[in-house]
Formats: sequence, C-alpha cells, structure tokens
Amino acid sequence: MTMHLKLSGGEEGFTPPGVKDFELPPIFHDIEWLTKPVLLVALSVVLISIFFIAASRKALVVPGKLQFSGELVYDFVRNGLARDILGPEFMRFVPYLFTLFTFVLVNNVFSIVPLLQFSAMSHVGFPYALAILTYLVYHFVGIKKQGLGHYLKGIAFMPGVPKAIYVLLTPIEIATFFIVRPFTLGLRLFANMFAGHLLLLVFILGGEHLMQGVIGLKLVSPFAFTMGIALTFFEFMVQCLQAYIFTLLTALYIAGSLADEH
Amino acid sequence: MTGSLNVIGYGIAAIGPAIATGMIFAAYISGVARQPESRSVLQPIAFLGFAMAEALALFGLVLAFVL
Repeated sequence: MTMHLKLSGGEEGFTPPGVKDFELPPIFHDIEWLTKPVLLVALSVVLISIFFIAASRKALVVPGKLQFSGELVYDFVRNGLARDILGPEFMRFVPYLFTLFTFVLVNNVFSIVPLLQFSAMSHVGFPYALAILTYLVYHFVGIKKQGLGHYLKGIAFMPGVPKAIYVLLTPIEIATFFIVRPFTLGLRLFANMFAGHLLLLVFILGGEHLMQGVIGLKLVSPFAFTMGIALTFFEFMVQCLQAYIFTLLTALYIAGSLADEH
Repeated sequence: MTGSLNVIGYGIAAIGPAIATGMIFAAYISGVARQPESRSVLQPIAFLGFAMAEALALFGLVLAFVL
C-alpha cells in the first residue's frame, strides 16, 4: 500500500492515510498500555454512568428533559430490540443489551467528536472483546436452557431435514455457530469504524494537501473539505447503525440459543 | 504514480455487496409501502440482511489492507 502523488512543488508528495495512522504512541513513555483508545474507553464509561445516573436519579411520573432522553434510549433497547426479538423472558438480557448498545454507540461517536476524533472500536482488540463476551453469553444461555448434549445436537443436526442433507449442513452449521458468528460480529464493527476514520482522513488530509498546491488545486480543496463535512454526517449515521446492528445481532444469537428448535 | 492493485480488486469485489444491499432495501421499502404496519417486523430482518451483505464488503476491505 504505497502511493505517492506529487501535486505540490514541495519536497515530499502526498502520502495517503493508512494503517500507520491508527498506531498511536503511549501518552507517557513509561506506561506502554496507556494509549488514547484506552483513555477513550475509560472516558466513555464515565460519561455513560454520569448520564444515566443523572437521568434516573429523580424519576418523576412526568419526566423532565434529562429523564426523557435517558428513557428514550432505554425504551429503544428494551422494547425495540429485546422484547421484539427475545420474547417473554427478555428482561434477563436487557441489562447486557443496554450496556452493549450505549457502550458501542458512545465509543463509535467519539470518532467524530472534536478534539477526541478517534474511536477505540477502530482498534481490533476492543470490538473482539465485546464479540467474545457475546459468544460466551449465547453459548452459556443455550447450554443452560437446553443442556449441553441437546444444545449441541440442535446445532449440528437441525431437525426437519432429510438425513442425506446433514453431510452438507452439519459442517456449515457448526462453522456458523462456533467460528463465523463471533468472527463476523467483531470484524463488522471494527472494519466499519476503521474504514470510516480512514475515509475522513482521506478527504480532510487530502484537502489540506491541495491547499498547499498550485492555484488551480487551491480552488479544488474547498470541495474536499465540503465532502469531509458531508461524510462526517454520513459517518454519524453509520456509527449509530453499527451500534444498533451489534446489539441486534447479539439479541438474535441469544434468541437462537433460547429457542428449542431453530 | 505507484499504487496497489489490492484497492482495484477491492473496488471490483465491492460491486456484489453493493447490489445486494440495494436489493435488500428495495425489498424492504416496497414491503413497507404495500403494508405500512409491517414496518416493525421488517426492520430487524432488513438490517440483518444488510449486515450480512455488508460483512462481505468489509472482508474485502480488510483483505485489501492485509494482503
């Protein structure tokens, strides 16, 4: 991935943003693990906690603005996601789904908040930690509900299928449940945040580089910045959508484990 | 000008998921247009299908960087 476009008269050409833009150095030289993503995750936890404690502290029958906005998010996850998908015993999973949704949402939106402008989810470790958690949860729920043998039998030998089809179906089903699902769940969030950050970098750094070029290129650079602003709004939509999809898929996987026959 | 062929390959590979995403939302829109009250039922299904199709595009993106 090397590409050098020489537009300006300067010594070095334009280097397009790449993977190296995501490798942030430690904030203090001595402490290697304390990087910007770690701080952002800690900040997101503090912000979410403060917001929801403040929103639910003085709960009134007629809610104020703060309580209403807190309840709007809760209602969206509880009724829109959990109740519709998980059925009658959904209340057990609402805390997990709600935490997941708010955590992913706030961390995603951090990548367009001025001054922060980086999402921890664009580092592959953070989404995969959440994906592994979901993986453990849905397998645990399935084993607890159906028993280990029955659960594995339900995965490997889907009922209501002709015997000969099992030759094809069993490997696919096993791979889906144990490899593909956690792999895609983490990768989807990571790759979206990664690509989004890269996209904004391309337009804004590219616009900045065009500013330094000859007069014709200077005239083009406002278009690059305008695209950067438009794509920032587009990214906001993608971030909300990805938080929704991550929670939706978690709920669907849990629902699949809860159902006796899927 | 030097570059990587990976990105061109990714561009070609993204056509498939792009068509798939378009078809999923076209079906969702026409479903809601015919029967507006089915919106809440169709929405998770549409987004699930979208997520599946989009995953393929993202595999391509990751491979374009990795290879």
